[in-house]
Amino acid sequence: MSRTHVSATVNGDPVEFLSDPGMTLLDALRDELGLTGSKEGCGSGDCGACSVIVDGRLVCSCLMLAPEAEGRRIETIEGMADGSVLHPLQRKFLEHAALQCGFCTPGLLVAAKALLDAHPDPSEREARYWLAGNLCRCTGYDKVIRAVMDAAAELRQVRA
Amino acid sequence: MTDVLERPDAKLDLKVVGTRPVRPDGADKVTGRATFGADLAMPGQLVGKIKRSPHAHARILSIDTRKARALAGVKAVVTAADFPDLASEEYEAGESASNLRDISLNCMARGKALYDGHAVAAVAATSAAIADQALGLIEVKYEVLPHVIDVEAAMAADAPLLDPGLFTQGLEAKPDKPSNIAQRNQLLRGDLKAGFAAADVTLERRYTTAAVHQGYIEPHATVAAFGADGQCQVWSSSQGQFMVRTYCAKLLGLESSDVRVTPAEIGGGFGGKTTVYLEPVALALSRQAGAPVKMVMTREEVFRATGPTSGAVIEVKLGAKADGTLTAADVVLKYQAGAFAGSPVGAGSMTALACYDVPNFRITGYDVVTNSPKVAAYRAPGAPIAAFAIECAVDELAPKLGLDPLALRMKNAVRDGVKAAYGPTFRNIGYVETLESIQNHPHYRAPLGPNQGRGVAVGFWFNVGGESTAAVNIGEDGTATVITGNPDIGGSRVSMAMMAAEVLGLPIERVRPVVADTASIGFSMLTGGSRTTFATGMAVTQAAQKVVADLKRRAAQIWEVPIKQVDWLGGAAVCLDPAKTCPDLTLAALAARSARTGGPIGAQVSLTAQGAGPGFGAHICDVEVDPETGHVTILRYTAAQDVGRAIHPSYVEGQIQGGVAQGIGWALNEEYVFDAAGRMENAGFLDYRVPVASDLPMIEAIIIEVANPRHPFGAKGVGEVPIVPPLAAVANAVSAAIGVRMTDLPLSPPKVRAAIDAR
Repeated sequence: MSRTHVSATVNGDPVEFLSDPGMTLLDALRDELGLTGSKEGCGSGDCGACSVIVDGRLVCSCLMLAPEAEGRRIETIEGMADGSVLHPLQRKFLEHAALQCGFCTPGLLVAAKALLDAHPDPSEREARYWLAGNLCRCTGYDKVIRAVMDAAAELRQVRA
Repeated sequence: MTDVLERPDAKLDLKVVGTRPVRPDGADKVTGRATFGADLAMPGQLVGKIKRSPHAHARILSIDTRKARALAGVKAVVTAADFPDLASEEYEAGESASNLRDISLNCMARGKALYDGHAVAAVAATSAAIADQALGLIEVKYEVLPHVIDVEAAMAADAPLLDPGLFTQGLEAKPDKPSNIAQRNQLLRGDLKAGFAAADVTLERRYTTAAVHQGYIEPHATVAAFGADGQCQVWSSSQGQFMVRTYCAKLLGLESSDVRVTPAEIGGGFGGKTTVYLEPVALALSRQAGAPVKMVMTREEVFRATGPTSGAVIEVKLGAKADGTLTAADVVLKYQAGAFAGSPVGAGSMTALACYDVPNFRITGYDVVTNSPKVAAYRAPGAPIAAFAIECAVDELAPKLGLDPLALRMKNAVRDGVKAAYGPTFRNIGYVETLESIQNHPHYRAPLGPNQGRGVAVGFWFNVGGESTAAVNIGEDGTATVITGNPDIGGSRVSMAMMAAEVLGLPIERVRPVVADTASIGFSMLTGGSRTTFATGMAVTQAAQKVVADLKRRAAQIWEVPIKQVDWLGGAAVCLDPAKTCPDLTLAALAARSARTGGPIGAQVSLTAQGAGPGFGAHICDVEVDPETGHVTILRYTAAQDVGRAIHPSYVEGQIQGGVAQGIGWALNEEYVFDAAGRMENAGFLDYRVPVASDLPMIEAIIIEVANPRHPFGAKGVGEVPIVPPLAAVANAVSAAIGVRMTDLPLSPPKVRAAIDAR
């Protein structure tokens, strides 16, 4: 089985890896690049735990083949903080106790970042629908939505 | 039946407990650094995979593994022949006593496959692709047998038998024929016949619930390494590293001291990770291969072969006087156990009437084996099913008596001094306070629009104590490390650190909690039953108190005063002798001098915690039903619960909100769907639909604090109660909205639409 050489940018850094034809982007991130922050909860695009941003677009990395990442710009949870300074979304998740087990958290944070990148001032309803692809079984979403809305407000103030 | 009891003081002068600090493991969890089961990797590890039965019930005639073994890259193949054939033995290690033989047979089928997805063989290979190929090369010959999944069909006299050696226990006389009914239990009080004779109104109903899965987002995962000297290491995501150790040792015939289990971060459990599926298999593969083996389930495997909780049929008859006083209750609970005995019908029976002071009752429970995955604990195991039936029946009874549904519950509410339906006498319970809080809540009087309805329901859970160990060690700079043996599912690390910080007088940032492996801390029962903050919290508190006692002794030694002249205030030793002027000795100052005052400072406490305070919740739910589609929208939800004392109120609220969301999923969408051959048809999150963010409103959590005097800070368990009332709260709301009593879960759109059409 011949492997494909893939070059991409992950969290601003150039990366290269060899991909089996059937390898998903999620497997490449986790197994080839050691970025295990993206999680596999279902492998079928239903849970969102593997959410990453590819060229500005939110995708389930379990549904994208690794060779499709060639030349793409990929953002994962590992690139969200600025060094050791947490992104406002990460900080607000902690302040609001918006995580319990923490397994869905990386995917939720990436999806929430994509939301705020596209819609800096979402309504609660917009936030709920945007995050509807990210399953959380622990929190009932209440504190998650509050954290996202609070982070959005803070980010708007920073920008203003 | 009430007597006057001392209520413990609700107001202690607390500095840390009751605040909302950021959890100490938080940064790792928001940056992707936290290591869950599937994130672990060992040098030279192999990939393990399981071959599963495609039949719901089949005799295994032969398993030929020769072709799989011959495939290049395959390092091990195991079947039941590679595990000891254990005798039937009840063993206390999980959330309740479990049968070791059944756990072994569930991990690897022997002779018969009992459900679609039952493991029949496993391989370890150098890559996932080779392991998959090897699974295809294992030839299993089956004789397919008739299967039975429906609980009442399984109870029928002519039902296909899962185990011809199974005779119903709990009957007056031993039956002469085997049956799928593993056990019948009964709780009795008073005179049932007289109770119903005294009733002015009676109501008789039958309810059903579907099997539902815990639905944790993290699939089961483990890495196991069997050493050449027989010493084993296991890393896994579970609710208890000691539980994993015990089961691995027992299922493989090892000494428990030869198995060291390190807990990974756990991505949700809700009871579903209180047993083993992969760990013993990975160890058996590793033993054969001589290399570490990593195994991770797919989501389909999680649905087909782990969890769920029982589908059930519940029959209820209630009798009440015209003034609303309940006179009698007759309850029959029939619970699916899955492939092996052990449904939560016992807990369902004990909790069914726990909120009610009923003089005459009979509660009969049936534990029934079926050709479906063996049920596992799920949040307040058994209680939501029983509460669904009772709370719907009470709700329907109220208007027949001309009473408000909350008023009817209040009239029959258990209080301190009342003997609970399951035996003990209630003390320091906050049920009435919880009921009052929702009775007085603006939500209860808010106006409703067309096609909208409101439902209320209450719920109960025992809460659990049990065995726990904790150690508190002081560093040379005066900071503290808290070591426990309980996996942190929902933020318990922060609660442990907070309780230690409170006793030591340290800021929370100077206390670091660690969840240790089985070789690094003494035994603790698993994280479950809402026991960790109560029981392990008690061990942490006592260990911190021992440290404080030692610190006072050291200060007394330095000051040359009697120890009773030393107090511990605000993180420092204070000299009470007015004749002396001694500057306070802080924890840091004492730690710096530890070598001259007796050596390292630390204490460990092992205990069996008793006196877990039972928890009660009362919920209000508003829904709107789309009359065209039957779709139900949850408009508003309010949940009040007595938690004793909230150690970290945010995580208490989170437990309540999360439990409510799971209960809403159970009520509206979730169910195992089987085809005619007994194969699960919806083994994925697309077709097994758990609530998503857009399905839910904010969930208002109201914390009631009636302190538990048996806990140093008054805590009661929190996590289980919130899933108990929602099934009925939602169903009662839907029934009110459409004017038809809904008795069968889930209330999926086709079912609701059909009820609307038939009215």
